[in-house]
Amino acid sequence: MKITRDNLCSSIVKEIAEISGENVAGCYQCGKCTAACPVNTVMDILPHQVLRFLQLGLVEALLNCNTIWICASCFTCAGRCPRGVDLPGIMEALRLILLRKRGFSRIKAGVIPRVADKGMPEQALVSAFRKYTR
Amino acid sequence: MRFSYYPGCTLKTTAALLENSALKAARALGIELIEQEKWQCCGAVFPLAALEIAPFLSSVRSLAAAKDTGEKLVTICAACYHVLKRANHVMKTDRDVCTKANNYLQLPEQYRGGTEVIHYLELLRDEVGFPTLARKVKKPLTGRKIAAFYGCLLLRPPAVMQFDNAENPSIMEDFLHALGAAAVDYPYRTECCGVYLSVQNEEIVAEMVAKIINSALSHGAEAIVDACPLCHYNLLELQKKTPQGKSTLPVYYFTELLEEALDLKDKVEEKMAF
Repeated sequence: MKITRDNLCSSIVKEIAEISGENVAGCYQCGKCTAACPVNTVMDILPHQVLRFLQLGLVEALLNCNTIWICASCFTCAGRCPRGVDLPGIMEALRLILLRKRGFSRIKAGVIPRVADKGMPEQALVSAFRKYTR
Repeated sequence: MRFSYYPGCTLKTTAALLENSALKAARALGIELIEQEKWQCCGAVFPLAALEIAPFLSSVRSLAAAKDTGEKLVTICAACYHVLKRANHVMKTDRDVCTKANNYLQLPEQYRGGTEVIHYLELLRDEVGFPTLARKVKKPLTGRKIAAFYGCLLLRPPAVMQFDNAENPSIMEDFLHALGAAAVDYPYRTECCGVYLSVQNEEIVAEMVAKIINSALSHGAEAIVDACPLCHYNLLELQKKTPQGKSTLPVYYFTELLEEALDLKDKVEEKMAF
């Protein structure tokens, strides 16, 4: 993995900061977010590593990881961060770049009958479509 | 006592049990919950991107309508509470977003976050009072060991929600004590249930639910109560996906127990099939 000046100053890093309103440089890698995360065992890049990747400008790796889709916005990490970095907001910014700029969609409408038949609450479907589509 | 009431989409459909029991109990406690006339879905998740305005305009409409009546806005669903309260916080603290939202909505009067959003549990604690509630209990749930499950949306992010101590809350336990039940203390009570991941990644949620249920069971719980339709679904349905393959712990909405303690229905167990 190569850290280049172009990566560090790329417009996409600035865009993530702008969308999330967060300063990734604030993170000092204590790892509290990862320790707090209830789904860290199924993530390919751990929460504190997401911040480190961003500090190093390695955005493409993040846009291809499953972590941003596994994060359920439970806000446990944000509540415990000693530096006040709102990681769920950063995860959202990464998702939004894929969903809104690159035409990506994580869910198809065809899933609705299958899950609705099981009595899944509307809240789940609305949440999933808000998080996984444009 | 009169309040504006925001039901939300799920309480009118799959979580009708939560709404019905809450409204029945409110009537018995002398609380008037006036359903807002033109409420719209809150969107279920709060938009996390800065400067994103459109997704929470529906919340602002409800907040502004409540302000016109001068009443506090009550929600029963944890997700609606989360979204409305955070939207209100943004309207109060972010002048730029507030101006844009007002310009878009063109309300008769500018809305700047003046409404107070409260959850039904706060209504019981702060308006009715748990000691008063305890006196109104007709069938105390004596000897019942109940585990309260808070989940995420009521508590976090703590700075905005200010619902209770986010790491060590007590409102649901205090509620259970008021009903005469014994509240079970267990470490997973503020964990995430897996929320909407169950739409596509059921296996991940099943694992999270198993941890919560096993933790409650190992601390002696005979049932678990929650305040969120999605926590309820995940805890109830995904228990069946655990290695044991069946549900081991009954799951109730907190209002079902309230209804039972106020003697407004037959015993909860008789109606729920487990």
